[in-house]
Order: sequence, then structure tokens, then C-alpha cells
Amino acid sequence: MSGVVLMGQRGADPTGTPPNQRVRVSASSGGDALGTGHARLTVVATFFAIAFAIVAGRIIDLSAFNDDRGTGTSASVATGQSVRGDIVDRNGVVLASSLAVASLYAEPRRIADPALATEALMAVLPTLDHGQVFEKLSTGKSFVWLQRHLTPSQQMAVNALGVPGLGFRTEQRRVYPHGALAAHVVGYAGIDNHGLGGIEQYFDADLLGGGGQVSALELSIDVRTQYALQEELALALEEFQAIGAAGLVLDARTGEIIAMVSLPNFDPNQIGTSLADGRFNRASLGVYELGSTLKILTIAMALEFGTATLESEFDATEPLRVGRFTIRDDHPESRWLSVPEIFIHSSNIGAARMAMEVGADRQQEFLNRMGLMSRAGVQLPEVGTPIVPKPWRDTSTMTVAFGHGIAVSPLQFAGAVAATINGGWAVPPTLIKSQGPVDRQRVLSGETSEAIRRLLRLNVLEGTGTLAAAPGFLVGGKTGTAEKARGGGYQSDALVSSFVGAFPMNDPRYVVLALLDEPQGNDSTKGFATAGWTAAPVVSRVISRIGPLLGVEPVDTISRTAQQALFISLDGRTAGAAF
Amino acid sequence: MIGPARTDTSVVGRWWWTVDWWTIAAIAVLMVIGIVLVMAASPPVATRIGLPPFHFAQRQAMFLAPALVVIAGVSMLGPQGVRRLAIAGFGVAVVLAIATLVFGDPVNGARRWIHVGGVLVQPSEILKPTFAVISAVMLAAYQRTGDKKMGLASLGLLAFVLMLLAAQPDYGMATVVAAVWFTQFFIAGMPLRWVAAAGAAGAGLLTMAYVFVPHVASRIDRFLNPASGDNYQVETALNAFATGGALGRGPGEGVVKSVLPDAHTDFIFAVAGEEFGMVAGLLIVAAFAFVILRGFTRLLHEGNYFIVLAAGGLLAQFGLQAFVNMGVNLRLLPAKGMTLPFISYGGSSILALALGMGMVLALTRRRSTTAQTRWMLDGGAQPSEAKA
Repeated sequence: MSGVVLMGQRGADPTGTPPNQRVRVSASSGGDALGTGHARLTVVATFFAIAFAIVAGRIIDLSAFNDDRGTGTSASVATGQSVRGDIVDRNGVVLASSLAVASLYAEPRRIADPALATEALMAVLPTLDHGQVFEKLSTGKSFVWLQRHLTPSQQMAVNALGVPGLGFRTEQRRVYPHGALAAHVVGYAGIDNHGLGGIEQYFDADLLGGGGQVSALELSIDVRTQYALQEELALALEEFQAIGAAGLVLDARTGEIIAMVSLPNFDPNQIGTSLADGRFNRASLGVYELGSTLKILTIAMALEFGTATLESEFDATEPLRVGRFTIRDDHPESRWLSVPEIFIHSSNIGAARMAMEVGADRQQEFLNRMGLMSRAGVQLPEVGTPIVPKPWRDTSTMTVAFGHGIAVSPLQFAGAVAATINGGWAVPPTLIKSQGPVDRQRVLSGETSEAIRRLLRLNVLEGTGTLAAAPGFLVGGKTGTAEKARGGGYQSDALVSSFVGAFPMNDPRYVVLALLDEPQGNDSTKGFATAGWTAAPVVSRVISRIGPLLGVEPVDTISRTAQQALFISLDGRTAGAAF
Repeated sequence: MIGPARTDTSVVGRWWWTVDWWTIAAIAVLMVIGIVLVMAASPPVATRIGLPPFHFAQRQAMFLAPALVVIAGVSMLGPQGVRRLAIAGFGVAVVLAIATLVFGDPVNGARRWIHVGGVLVQPSEILKPTFAVISAVMLAAYQRTGDKKMGLASLGLLAFVLMLLAAQPDYGMATVVAAVWFTQFFIAGMPLRWVAAAGAAGAGLLTMAYVFVPHVASRIDRFLNPASGDNYQVETALNAFATGGALGRGPGEGVVKSVLPDAHTDFIFAVAGEEFGMVAGLLIVAAFAFVILRGFTRLLHEGNYFIVLAAGGLLAQFGLQAFVNMGVNLRLLPAKGMTLPFISYGGSSILALALGMGMVLALTRRRSTTAQTRWMLDGGAQPSEAKA
């Protein structure tokens, strides 16, 4: 069709050209050629329509379907790193989070003048090593890192240099707002965004979440409790010149670890400068011969197997000779002792005799049931394997009864103690916040558990643990002082002093454990470095601080009710009822 | 619409009622987007080379005034006026282009710019639209008379222009000029075997460029195999769209402009994507597509072959330039420095585009039959006139 005709159709035709003339014009004017032209014009227009449609499609594809790249904050080349999920404590306080930061790299091939570029870089990043930078820039490689994790102002300064061949990549930097506070629990992630310790390593895959943003990982830790425990342990470490310390607060009902401290510690934000000793987790990875605190389990075992009752008495008049060993008491009473007396005087002889009556096999079975014969199942890579006697001779049975010859981690021991006082339920320690009632397994009878509660309370009232008492809280607990083994024997000047306590003893909620590695006595302890003088006061102060935090109601500890509820006489008679 | 009376037969009055206001509106949208984007993208570039932050934005705004005058003035011309303007402009541009080869200062190894009365101009920008009109004249004459000499003359002139551009060298512009000529050659209804031959010749030239010109080869290699070399600018541009998302990071929040040296010119589209998001990108594409497709649609009702070829060629040039620029930004095409029409910073580019689009508007104006008749009587290239 001819355009002339169309134009004629549009409006009046002022020239008055006769219609037939217009027809003539269109018919005789190479209308075929113009028809071809219009057809080809349509082809060109179609080509452009398709081209622009492709452009539009590409824009949509890049902008809308590239969420993983879209999370970066700079124009740098996407590195494909995914964002690690946050780690929070039981109340949602952030313990580890990720920040997008720029890292500086160079493409040495594109650096025209390495010397000049090095000078420019040194001016804005003076901490770089001049020689190293020059060497890197002179290699002619296509990619070298120059400095990871720049601050925004450093990035801006490098940008302002305008040196071609330098570039930034967005990386995720892990930050730990609480620094060293829960370092051994949270662990740390390396520069390449992978967990290299603690929860960060154990849950590495989950935290990376396969590329997408993952929800925060909720730990059982409570940072307030963690802080109180850490501070009190650090003070004791300082006061008694110990080489290390460990502490735990465990929810006795669920096994949740409310606080876990190992000293010395490290700052996960500065992992490069930390020491191996600082990174060592004494609470879960370290295994120790804990000494007398094991007597809690020995008595529970004897009561459980019925080889003794609270009223039973055992001969502790003379040291016990077994083969080449002689088992002595530290504070010999040199008489027959009742079970409560064995406990509060911490009689090794009594404990050994009680264990002998149970027997080696049942003892091993019992300790296994309490989780002391194998590694704890906690969510950390740093978990120590207990050292148990092999083979298990009668001597072993006797020494294990008072905590020698078996080395366990403080963590698994706290878990075992929790089971003895919570009514007899096994509660494997966990670092993950409990999401409701857990499926518990009974390992002890309620009666045995009740007896242990009274014994623990008695020991704080009248035994070796009096310094663990805390005003307003019904604290119970047991001291344990062990000489460290070296070579074939024990060293009397290198102790591991620990105290495992729990509160409130009428209905135990929390197990609190404090351990000092090689404490030294001082004037305030009359030179003693034993647990009753060093570790017990730590537990006292910790409970005073965390009791209110954790919502444990204080009671009048010297009231008749409180005393009767947990009453046990030295000859093993009980009164009242805690339950 | 407010404007001159319908009966006003002055040049302005007739222009007002016949010009395609929709196309003008689309161009205005592009110019406004352009000034916003130059304002967003250029301060870091200006600061980097020691100029006041808004140096480029101010100059861009300054160029828009004469550009508007050029568009309005040129679009008032009739087809004959367009033809005369193109011939005159082409003549001046050729002289300046040759002068550039002799007197021009090499910038990055190419002589493309020359001082004329204290203003730095790029003659080849003027060459582009004027050549399109002249080749339309020749191809229309060939179509009308069947005189093969006209066709050969057009081919000869193309070869001359390509040599001028290759001498600078400016292979990008040469490619555009050749592609536009090829489009006109195709629209001119040439037998398909000739079209195929011309296409093959073009492909041959591109192959030669790939073989003999190292940086062309390098760019194409890097496009085909991104790992083979540095694609920093394109990768950065590409990432800009990803970080921009649907609505962008917000005005001024982008970072590509601080890393890309050509953020205000060749990579302004990436800035748009980063700061204003997918929505802005699509708006720009839509505006370009609208101008081109509307122009082509109007030409489908055009009975004058010269007008079809000239306006078709100019629109193809406009569309090609926009497509190549956006294609490079989106990594659909190998890296090639080309401005985004009316949006990228650059005086010569904007004035040349104003000239080209002014001519398109002039050619696609609704012509009354009076004008039509007058045009025929003028001895214009109306096919029917030859037989009358």
C-alpha cells in the first residue's frame, strides 16, 4: 500500500487531486519496490525489537535473579563467599556475627610501575611490608592478595590512589563482639570464613547454610553468667598464681551449659596473635584426675547397688595397703566412719572400701552409665577422651573411688554430678539452647539422688566445702584436690584443686564447677592450695552473683524449714522431705 | 495542547502541528535521565582528575540547551532542507576529519579530536548522521532511476568514510557507519544476493580486524573467554546490576562510579542499574525502543523512498548505538566504547545526536498534501515525480 494514499486519507485534500490520480501515482511509482522497502523496514524494526527485548531480559536476569551476588556491599568482583550465620546466646545476645569488608588484591600483570605503586600503597597502608609488596607487584601474576579486611577509610584511601591493577573483593569478616568472653565455646573462623574451633567449627556447614542466609544459632550459654564465672575464675587464678582455670555452670535438669570458661583464654578477633595455651579448652578438652569429688559418684554407686546405706560404717582406722600402694586419709580420723563422715572428711580409705564392696565390674558399668568412660557428646571439636585404668585392677577400683587413676574432663564430670542430684536423670551436656522437654533417661533412683543432695549440703555446712556457702542460697558441693601425675608418681606441689557444687540443694537447678590448675597457697589461705581454700570460694562468689541473674529465689538458709528439708545426721539419719 | 493556531501557516506553526511530539517526549525523558545520571556518576570521576565535582554535570546541562535548539531547528526543515543540511554538514565534517588527521592531538593513540574556534570537536560524530542522509539520497536515486552508478557512488562514498575513520583509527564508529549503510542497503530493496554479498564483505572486514588489529582480537577473546584476561570494567558493570537489584541502592549510594574511569560516559548504564535499579534500566530500554519502533512504524506509512532510507538509517544508527552500549554494560557484547545516546556525557556526541534526531523528526513530520505537492514540484526524490 502506498503512503501517498494513506496521507490522502488523513485529512482534506486541499489540492483537489482527483482520486484516480492518486491511484495512478501509487500504482506507477515503483510501488513494488517501496513495498519491498516497507517489508524490509519491518525486518529491521523486528531486529531492534528483539535486540531491546534481550537487553531488557538481561537486566531483569542480572538484577532480580542474582541475590547471592547482590548481598555484597561493593562493586568488587563477587567472591562466592556466603554469609556465616550469627551465633547468639540463650537470650539472643550476639556472640559472633559477619561483616562485609573489602580485601585488597592486585593484578600484577596490569601494574605498569611496581615501584611507584608500592610507594603509593605504603603511603596509605604503612603496616604493609615494603619489600614484600614490591615483590608481589613485580611477579606478573594475575592475582595476589595485598591486604585482607580493610577498614572503609583504608579502602577509600587506596581507591583515591587511582592505581590501575588494584582491586577489592568483598569478604565476610567474622566479628566477636564479646571478644574473649566465650571464646572457647564460640571458637573462631579463619580468614577464609571457615570455622577453625569451637561451635564455629562444629557447626561450620550449618552456619554457612549452603549459600543462603541462615537463622542465628542459639546457644545454651548465658553471657551474664559466663561473665560472672569468668571474672571470678580470673580473680582466683590471679590470687593463687595458678597456671590455668576452668569453670562450668550447667543446668542440672536439661544439661544445658549456661557458662563454660577456660583460662587463659584468647580473643577470637585476634586469633593470629593468640597462644596455643590460650586456645586450649581446659573445660572440655583437658582431662584431669579430679580427686575427692569422685567420691560423690562412689557413694551414689554404693547406695544404688545397695552395698551400703547412709547408716553403714566403714573401717578407716588404718591406712589401706593394696600391693605396693598405701591408701591414706589426708585428715585421718583413725576410726570407723559412717557414710556421711566419709564424705565430709573426704576419707580415701572409706571410699576405697565402699568401691571394693561394689566390685570392679559394676563400678565400670556405673561410671560408664554416668558418662565418664567415653568422650562427652558435646557440640565441640575440642572434647577430651577420658583416661581410664587399663587393665582395671582392684587397685584401680580403689583409687578411682577417690578420683585417682581416672582422668576426665570437667565438663563430663559436671554432667555426671548433675545426674546424681536432679533425681537421677542422665543429662548429656549440650551447648544448644533446649527447645522444650528432653527425652531423659534414668540412671539413678530418686532416693539415691536425694541422699546425695543431703550429703552435698552437709559438706558445705560442716565439711570441707564450708567456704562455698553463699548467703541466701542452699549450696551443696564437694572439694577435690589432686596431685598432678608426672612420670610414675605424683607431685605434692602441683595440684588440681576443684570444687563441684550445686544450688539450691532442695531442688537443684544448677551445677557449678570451678577448677584451678596448679594454684599456690597464700597468706589468706594459711598457705593451703587445696580445693576447700581455693576453688570453693570461687563457687561461693559465682553462685552469689548468678543466683539472682538466673532467677533462683534466695531463701533463709538457717531457717528451720530449710535445715530440716535437707537434714542428715552424721550417722546417716535423715528427716523432713525435700520433695 | 497549547500552541499556535491550527491555521497558522508559518514555519513554526506548521512544525508545531506536524512534528511527532511522542518522540520528542521520549527524547526529553532520555535527556532528563541523562542529566540525573551524569550528576550521579560524574562527581567521583571529576574529583579524580582534579576538577570540581559537578564539572561534568554542569557542562552536560550546558550542552543540552544548544542540543534542544538543534533538534527544534533541524526538525523544522522539510525533506529538501534536510538533504541540503546533510550535504553541507558532510562536507564540513570531511574537511575537519582530514584536518584532524593532520593537526589533531593524539589521545590514547587516536586522532579524533580537533580544536575549532577554541572548542574541541569530534568531526566523525557529525560524519555519522550526515553520511546516512547522503547515502539515502544515493540509494533512493538508484531505486528511482535504476542507475547503477548511484549505487556504486554510495558504495564508494562508504569506502571513503571508512578509510577516514580507519585512519584515525576509530573502528567502533567505522563499524556503526558500515552497519547503518548496510541497513539502508537492505531497506533499499536490493536483491538479496547483493545483500548477502555486502554482509559477507562486512564479516570479512570484521575477520580482518580480528586478525590484524591486536586490541580488537583481545577484546573479542576476552568476551568469549572471560578468564583469558582482564574484564575488570565489564565485570564491575555487571556486578552493579546485581547489587542494584530491583530498586537500586539509591541515588549517590553506588560505588561503581568510583572505580570505573568511564562511569559518566561508556558505563553510565551500569551506574543507572546500581543506583536506580532494574526499574531505571528497563525505563531507559523502553524509551529507546519507543523512539526507534515508533519511528519505524511511522515510516511504514511513508511513500517517499528517500525519507524511508534517510530516517530509517538515522534511527538504525541511534538504536544500534544504544544497543551496543547497553549490550557492553550487560556483557552481551564485547567491550566497545560507545556512548549511550542523550544519556552519556559528551558535547560532540549530544550535538551530533541532536542533529540526527532533528533530521528524523523533520523527515517523519506529517506533511500536508500541500507540502507533499510542493516537495514534488521542488524536484524532490519522490518516485512518482520522475514519471509525472
